[in-house]
Formats: sequence, C-alpha cells, structure tokens
Amino acid sequence: MFYHIPWLSLAIWTPIVGGVLVLLSGDKAPDGARRIAVLFALVTFLLTLPLYIGFDVTTAQMQFREHLPWIPAFNIYYSLGVDGISMPLILLTSFMTVLVVIVGWVSIQKRVAQYMAAFLIMEGVIIGVFSALDAILFYVFWESMLIPMFLIIGIWGGPRRVYATIKFFLYTFLGSVLMLVALIYLHFRSGSFSILDFQTLKLTMNEQLLIFIAFLLAFAVKVPMWPVHTWLPDAHVEAPTGGSVILAAIMLKIGAYGFLRFSLPITPDASHRLAWLMIALSLVAVVYISLVAMVQKDMKKLIAYSSIAHMGFVTLAFFIPFAIYASTKSLNGAVLAVEGGIVQMVSHGFISGALFLSVGVLYERMHSRAIADYGGVVNRMPVFAALAVFFAMANSGLPGTSGFVGEFMIILASVRADIWYAVLLATALVTGAAYTLWMVKRVIFGAVANERVDALQDLDGREFLVLGLLAVAVLALGVWPAPLIDVTHMSVQNLLSHIMISKL
Amino acid sequence: MTLESPNFLLVVPEMFVLGMACLILIVDLFLDEERRGFSYFLAQVTVIGAFALTLWLEPAGSHLTFGGSFISDPLGNFLKLPIYVLTGVVFLYSRGYLQERGLLKGEYYVLGLFGMLGMMVIVSAHSLLTIYLGLELFSLSLYTMVAFNRDSLQASEAAMKYFVLSALASGILLYGLSLLYGLTGTLNMAQVADFARHHLGENKALVFALAFVLVGVAFKFGAAPFHMWIPDVYHGAPTPVTLYLGAAPKIAAFAMAMRLLVDTLGPLQVSWGPMLMVLAVLSLAVGNVIAIAQTNIKRMLAYSTISHMGFLLLGLLAGTRAGYSAAMFYAVIYALMSLAAFGIVILLSRSGFEAERLDDFKGLNERSPWFAFMMLLVMFSMAGVPPTAGFYAKLAVLAAVVDIHQTWLAVVAVFFSLIGAFYYLRVVKLMYFDSPVDREPISAGLDMRLVLSANGLLLLGLGLYPSLLMGWCIAALR
Repeated sequence: MFYHIPWLSLAIWTPIVGGVLVLLSGDKAPDGARRIAVLFALVTFLLTLPLYIGFDVTTAQMQFREHLPWIPAFNIYYSLGVDGISMPLILLTSFMTVLVVIVGWVSIQKRVAQYMAAFLIMEGVIIGVFSALDAILFYVFWESMLIPMFLIIGIWGGPRRVYATIKFFLYTFLGSVLMLVALIYLHFRSGSFSILDFQTLKLTMNEQLLIFIAFLLAFAVKVPMWPVHTWLPDAHVEAPTGGSVILAAIMLKIGAYGFLRFSLPITPDASHRLAWLMIALSLVAVVYISLVAMVQKDMKKLIAYSSIAHMGFVTLAFFIPFAIYASTKSLNGAVLAVEGGIVQMVSHGFISGALFLSVGVLYERMHSRAIADYGGVVNRMPVFAALAVFFAMANSGLPGTSGFVGEFMIILASVRADIWYAVLLATALVTGAAYTLWMVKRVIFGAVANERVDALQDLDGREFLVLGLLAVAVLALGVWPAPLIDVTHMSVQNLLSHIMISKL
Repeated sequence: MTLESPNFLLVVPEMFVLGMACLILIVDLFLDEERRGFSYFLAQVTVIGAFALTLWLEPAGSHLTFGGSFISDPLGNFLKLPIYVLTGVVFLYSRGYLQERGLLKGEYYVLGLFGMLGMMVIVSAHSLLTIYLGLELFSLSLYTMVAFNRDSLQASEAAMKYFVLSALASGILLYGLSLLYGLTGTLNMAQVADFARHHLGENKALVFALAFVLVGVAFKFGAAPFHMWIPDVYHGAPTPVTLYLGAAPKIAAFAMAMRLLVDTLGPLQVSWGPMLMVLAVLSLAVGNVIAIAQTNIKRMLAYSTISHMGFLLLGLLAGTRAGYSAAMFYAVIYALMSLAAFGIVILLSRSGFEAERLDDFKGLNERSPWFAFMMLLVMFSMAGVPPTAGFYAKLAVLAAVVDIHQTWLAVVAVFFSLIGAFYYLRVVKLMYFDSPVDREPISAGLDMRLVLSANGLLLLGLGLYPSLLMGWCIAALR
C-alpha cells in the first residue's frame, strides 16, 4: 500500500496546485495567501518525509518509481524515481521552502500572493528536477525553474534587479540549450529519452567529449564554477532574502546533481579525460574565489562568493575519484570523496540559507547590506548574534557543525589522490575562516557603530524559529551525519563502480 | 483529359465558403450600421460550418478530382482545421477593434473569408495552376485588408509595399512553375514528381526551376532574405489584419511548401535541402538579432516571425516524415502564439490609442495580472521555454535535424533562440518589473477575454500535454 502511493508526484504537484490556489486567491487578501502558502509548504514537507522513511538503503536501484507514457511520438515518459543521491536533496528543498515561506510572511508586503505562489511553484518544479528519470521531463523542470526565479528577482529584488535577473536568466539559458541538443543527440543514438538508458549507452570518445562539454556548460553555470560564476553575486545581491536562500541552498545543488546524474555516468571516459580540467577549475574556485570573498564590502556578495568557493569543494569531490582510483586501486577513497561532496551540498544548503536569512534579518531592520554600516550588533541583538556567529563558524568549517564533515571528508579523500590538492583545499579553511569571521567581527562585535544600530530590535519569534531550526539541522548533521551518509552509500558505490568501467 | 464529371463532394467546404462569402457581400449591402453584427454572425457561421463540413465529409485516404488538380487527403483536411479556427478567432478579436474605429464593414469579413478560401485551395492543390490560383486569391484579399483603413497613410504605404513585393514574388513563382510545365509538359504535381524522379541528376533545368519556386515559397514564409515586407506590413496594417496575416497564412505557407517542394519536387530534396538551410540560418540570424533593436511590438513580433519561420524551415529541410510533422506542429503552435500575442495588443488598444510601443506594456501586471500572465506564457512559449508549447515545437524540429546528422544546425538554432530569448524577456520585464505609465482599465468584450484566456492557457496546456496535437500532426502525414 505504502509503495503504491505516488509520493513523488504528490510532492511535485501539491505545491504547484497550492501555488495556483494562492495566485487565484489574489493580492487583495494577503493574509489568506500567506496562510495557504504555509499550509501547502508544510504539507509538501510532510509528503516528502515518506521518501526518507520508506527508503531502502540496501539498494542502488531507483525507488518510488512512476512510469507513464507522456509523449509517445518521441518515446518520452513521465518517469520519476529517486536514489540515495536525489532523495536527500528533495527533503532539503521541501524543508527550505517551508522556512522561506515563513520568512516572507512579514518582509514581503508587495504582491504577496504572487510571491508565495512563485516559491511554491518553484518548489514543485525543483522536486521534479531531482526526481525526473526522463531526460525531457528533467529538462522541462530544469527550464521551468527559471521562470519563477526570474520573476522573484525581478519583481521583489533590489535596485539593480532587472540587470541581475536578465543576466541570471540568459546565463542559465545559455548553458541549458546546449544540454538540450546533447539530450536530443543521445535520444538519436539510443532511441529513448530515459536517463538510465543513456547511462548504459556506448559512446565514442569524440561523442563523449562533445556531450560532456554541453553538459558542463549547463551544470557549470548552475553550480556555478569559475569562470561562469559572475551571474551569481549579482543575482544574490539583488534577490529578495527568500530568493537568495532558494538560489544558494537549492538551485546551486541542481548543477552539482547534474554532474552526478548526467556527466559522470553518461560520459565516464570524457569525465576521466577532462577530470584535470574540472579539478583545476574547482581549485581556482576554492582558492581564488575565497580571496575574492575576503575583500567584499557587501554581506550578501561575500556570502555569494563564499558559496562559489564551497561549491568548488563539491565539484572537486565529484571529479577526483578517477585520480584516487588510479593511485589506490580501490573504490573506498572515491566513495569517501563523493559522499563528502553530497554531505557538503546538503550542509551548504543549510548554512548558506541560514547566512542569507541572517543578512535578511539585518536588512529588514536597517535596509543596508554594507558591512561598513554595521558594528556592535551583539549589544542590541544578543540572540541573533549568537546564532549568526554559530552559522559563521559552521561556514568556516568548525568541527561539530555540518560544514566540517563534508570538507573534512573531501580533504581526506583528496590526500589519496595528491597531497597538493589537499593542501590547496586546506587553504580554503583558513581563508574561509578569515572572511567569515572578519565579517562577523565587523558587523556583530565591537562597540555600537551608530544610532541606527543602537535602535535595533532582537529577533522576533518567527525569525528565531526559522534560524533555530536551521541551527539544529547544522548541528545535527555535524555531530551525526550517518543518516545522510547511509542513504547515499549504495547509490554512490554503484555510480562509482559504473564510471570506472570504460564505455569505449 | 477525361471528361468524367468532377466529384463535387470533395469540395463542399470550399463551395460553402464561396457561397457564404458572396451571400455576406450582398446581405451586408442592406444592413445599416447597427445591424452590422449580422455580417459578423454570418461570417462566424461560415467558419464553423466549414469546420463541421470538413470534419464530417472527410474521406478516408486521398482522392483526386477536377482532372487531378484538386486533392483531398489527410494532410489537407487536417491543415484546413487550424485555418478555420484561426480565421474565426481573428474575426472575434477584430470585431471590437474595428467597431471602435468605425472600420467595421461587411467587406472585412468577405475579404477574410476569400482569403480563407484561397488558403483552402492552396492546402488542397494538386496542380501547379491550382496552387497559383489559391495563392493569388489569398494574396489579393490580404492586400486589400492591409489597406482597409484607407485614411491611414501608413496602412496604404504598407499595402503598396506588400502588393509590389508580393506581385514580384508571385511573378517569380509563376516563372518557376512555367519552367516546370515546359520541362515536364504537365501541371499535375504527381506527374511532375514522376518526371523529376526519372530525370534526377541529368536535368539542370529542373533545379533552375526549383530555385524560382523556392523563392516564391520563401517569400510567403517571409524567410530571410525575402523578409523585407514583413516588418513594414505588420507595422503598417491595422492590428486585426496583422493578426490575420500573422496566424493562418503561416499554415498556408507550410502547405504550399509541402505541396510544391515535397509533393512536386520531392525527388530534388538534395537540392532544396541545402537551399532551405541557407534560408533557415539567415532567418534565424536576421529575425532574432534585429528584433532586439525594435521598440514597436508589432515590428518586434514581425522579426520574431522571421526567426520562427527559420525554425520551421529547419524541420522541412530535414526531408523526413518526422521533419515534416515537426514543421507542421511548429506552424500550428506558432500560429497560436502569434494569435495570442496580437490578441493582447488588440486587447490593450482602444479607440484613439494603439498599444503598439513596447512601453505600452509597462506594468501590465499591476493593471491586469491575468492578461500579463497570458502574455508571459506567450513570450516564454515564443522563447521556447518549457512548460509551454513553444518548447515542444522547437524540440521536435531539433530532433528532426539531429536525426539527419546535422547536429551543428541544432546548435546554431539554439544559439539564435538564446539571443531571441532576450527580447521576449524584455517584454516580460516591462510587464512585471516596471510601473505602468498608462492606467486606463482594459476595455474588452467578455467573448474576447474568454477566447484570449483560452488561447493563452492552450499554450500552457499543450506544454503540459503536447502528445495529442503531435499525434495528429504525425497522423496527417502518414
């Protein structure tokens, strides 16, 4: 009975239906819209829980499968399913959306219904991205996601929102249209649009390289990897708090997820051959972008650059297994790296979300994101300061927080590939601590900087609830990451043993 | 030629439309201004009647009549249906607009119906002469419609340009057709095709004739470099006429290409494939790049048409069944998108005010969230962003191109559609991110609101479940 309920479809369509209802309820009754939105976000979160509870950790097979014909002319199916890689990300999505909707309760006063609807619809679409097993279904969700985000940044964003949102849209569209051509090519070769069929399809090296590059553009823009990251700081700075949170906590993960679902298993030989490039780009992101983060004067920009650096860890973790396998002849180190990458993804979802929410808390009170406008916040907002310092510590990888687990696993694994990778990665721990803690010092500690800071009020119950929940999540994952690692283990193992066999 | 009597049953829809158009012309003479609605009513009855007759009398398989110059086949019968629907919706959208400007005359419907009849003849033509006949009937109606507002200098200029250029293109086409006749000694498409099949590779004159025919077809599509008339005519014509021009004729142009290039000169696909490739890439480039510089929405949509026709040609040039059905699907979807886009322009216009500038769309979300959302759907559909119908149209075409090992063409096409995304996004930006300049409430009849909403939602609905229409397009070509 339990497995006959289409949990994935419910998780996708409940928020979308909720979004439409909110939209129809109109902007004239904002409170109604808010209530419906929170209700639907909560229900969706509850609907995603069975995915975790009913998840079979002993298999790498896709679970909760749904398979219906959709466009027979092209052999396209409405095909859903999750494995240990996508399931945690779905939970992350539904969890973060609840928080975002709660946060938008007061801070959004303009066109409330449209705002809430955009987030709910986006939630459904993102869950769709993570659970699609048909390439076209995946692409449809992947692209649809852009529309609500485009509107969120453009309507509720800051002063340069139009520039930022068009840049965001065109950048991501650029990457994804080439992916579409690659998917069509794979369909031409395999006669199907099933991602699982693509994974077993034999391809020549040339084909693999071209397909890999097409995928790389799509996913690298989303992650974002250096040098196609420039849309991210703009989008983050201009987006409303909720938009930033979803962008950092979930959208960036979709790019990384794409590498695991498409690039590695479909083009393993090209991934192997170009792993050096991916590792190099990741290291640039980790080392160079960390330094860039150091000199930012805007808090949101700083966190945005810090996100790019942290995602550098993730992309490195996904492409280093080839080197680890070559030097140790064992999959263990490789598994450690990829699992570390996944933990880092989830952890970064919590931490970056929390940091953007913290900035949002300050921004709502002061209407400024400039570090220079603050100072001595701790004197007026002690509870907020405690939480913010905790998240900052987590961001710089303090043991006991989730930020430590992922980075530690990745560094540990990379030692087995090349000690220099580990050394370069470790510098990020230093610079990460430097830019985060320096920001904390300037914003939170010290004497009260000006009379506006003097007038600050501490967190209200709603804000405390949201930040508190995130703090619990960060701490729980930091102290006891096993529940997450356990569900990913079989899938990662299966993926890695698949990619180590050449398709040529 | 045998003297057997033609099978009139196959042309009942055509005869019905012709009879009704003549009837409306006469009846309208006796109607005064207040009763003009009756002509409108009769015109809609004609359209609906033709729709029903075509569906009802549709014979299984292909049948020739009138000495082999008229064909009734699944392709023709299927293509007529969207032409009826589009014409009917155009009449509906136009009514309020024309009434407010004192342009509501019975001739508008008569011309519209004659234009529709011309398209029906093109769609069902099986002789070179029939297709030319249909083309001229349809073009002459359109010239007049473009000049319908005879007091407008702009409209007269547009009509003149359209007339001169179109006459030139018709001349070129006719020259090509006459060459074909001279070479083969027949006007029957199937016989020309037979001749071409047997004399493949030895007759350069055939390719020479093909080039002229192709120019005629490309002109009707408005594919670059034969696109010059499109922006001026779209801009100059009264918006309801632009609406008419932008929707149904694309399907007629597709039918013309199918009849002339595939049915008649199919064996020469190796020659016309590359020619279409040049046209397609040029259209994609010209349409998408120049549209960015436009400040007038009608001109912008005109350039966007050019780029969409480039996409449609990509499907045709594949020369496969999948390619033809992809192109057909594209033509239908494009007609629906164009109908909705110009419909919104009409919706925002009112007496003494044409919502033609892009700036007139500023802040539409505040004035009318619903129609802003409809326009959003249209724009994203034109840009090819899922989950809207435009995406599947592009997907089908790209799949057809990749299937013939021309992946590079697909890459070129997606790059240009990326450029195209920018100007569609700009419209969304104006509607959603800017504050309105014009705060007049939208005044439009309930019928128009309903049909426009249905039209917009259809783009979303076809985006969520495209397989029905796609299946029809494939079945029509079987």
